[in-house]
Amino acid sequence: MKLAITVSEQGNNPNLERRFGRCGYFLIIDTETNEREFLPNPSTSARGGAGTQAGQFLAENDVEAVISGNFGPNAFTALDAAGIHMFSAQTEQVDKLIEEFKADRLTRVKSNTSQRRSGEGRSRRGRRR
Amino acid sequence: MIIAVASGKGGTGKTTIATSLSLAISEQSPLYLDCDVEAPNGHIFLQPSIEKTEVVSMPIPAVDSSLCNACGRCAEVCQYHAIVVIAEKVLVFPELCHGCGSCVLQCPQKAIEEVPNPLGLLEAGVAKNGVRFARGVLDIGQPMAVPIIRALKQWNVFEDESPIIRDAPPGTSCPVVETISGADFVLLVTEPTPFGFHDLQLAVQVVNTLEIPVGVVVNRDGIGDDRVNTYCQKMGVPILMRIPLDFDIGVAVARGETIVEAFPEYMPRFKELYDRMQELSNARDAGHLKSAG
Repeated sequence: MKLAITVSEQGNNPNLERRFGRCGYFLIIDTETNEREFLPNPSTSARGGAGTQAGQFLAENDVEAVISGNFGPNAFTALDAAGIHMFSAQTEQVDKLIEEFKADRLTRVKSNTSQRRSGEGRSRRGRRR
Repeated sequence: MIIAVASGKGGTGKTTIATSLSLAISEQSPLYLDCDVEAPNGHIFLQPSIEKTEVVSMPIPAVDSSLCNACGRCAEVCQYHAIVVIAEKVLVFPELCHGCGSCVLQCPQKAIEEVPNPLGLLEAGVAKNGVRFARGVLDIGQPMAVPIIRALKQWNVFEDESPIIRDAPPGTSCPVVETISGADFVLLVTEPTPFGFHDLQLAVQVVNTLEIPVGVVVNRDGIGDDRVNTYCQKMGVPILMRIPLDFDIGVAVARGETIVEAFPEYMPRFKELYDRMQELSNARDAGHLKSAG
């Protein structure tokens, strides 16, 4: 099956990126052949709706499971509709995550784990009182 | 004459100034607009009796699944990723939608129609001393303030040419830009603290970018340092009023009283403030005419 892990950059030893919608790349792993491929995330710097767009992108690429740090409510709805299983990572080491995934030791995410727009970094809409 | 009262830093006294300014020119029956739709509080000071309300809605897509063939064109054209097509299903995310209608126009199957999604309310009535009052109130949980502010500005509930005082939200983001756009003058309320100074600079940049005449009220004058003064001098931004840090003013405001009611000696000062803003706005217009001619 096709597994996606959110990472910040390409390379031999990438680290997990904790934001789902705005990660730099998706590392796509074929869990049978162990083939790896990096897909640039089209919504890294989207103005809004990064989670929904990234969810649709993974669905279009026939991904069946995804590992990230946090999934916002819109991303969760989109991935859930696509039937893509979400897992939250406790470590940032990608190789370890693949191992844990294969051993079925990762926690399945059953609802959103972060608030909307939390992946945007410094709050650009926050009220300043 | 449209005056927007803004600040940069929150809690500097925008509403304190805007409400007193409205009362000071009450013989001109001004319209006070509370554009801080996420947390409006001008009503506490002006005590309007609300006579008219209107719901503000955003048109969002509704998909007829019997006509939809999941071609994905709607998701492709949506700038905001508010509509996505996943596993032959169309998902709409109302809080991401900006109501542009592209999906409706582009749907080859004509399977999408627009339905209103309520975002908040407009309210209007007459307040103290005949000051006309209107405000926007964003529904809890709604993320977008701008459509409410835009609707409030366009709401012609009082049709005439009397002065308008727009009370802006804090900060320098979209809701503030929407509030001050189209104003003849922007009055920035600041305090001489490091935070007040820092955010004043941001606010002046925004107002200058929009090319609107600007002036400053220094509230809680006497605290902090001199940087607000030197900055205003350097930038050629006039300081039109200073209100000292005064325990009694604090007490009155905490009771929900305006400055001009609690301290009538401020009445002529606020009238003068209004006249000065009008002069500065007119001078700017005359300057534009001259350079154009």
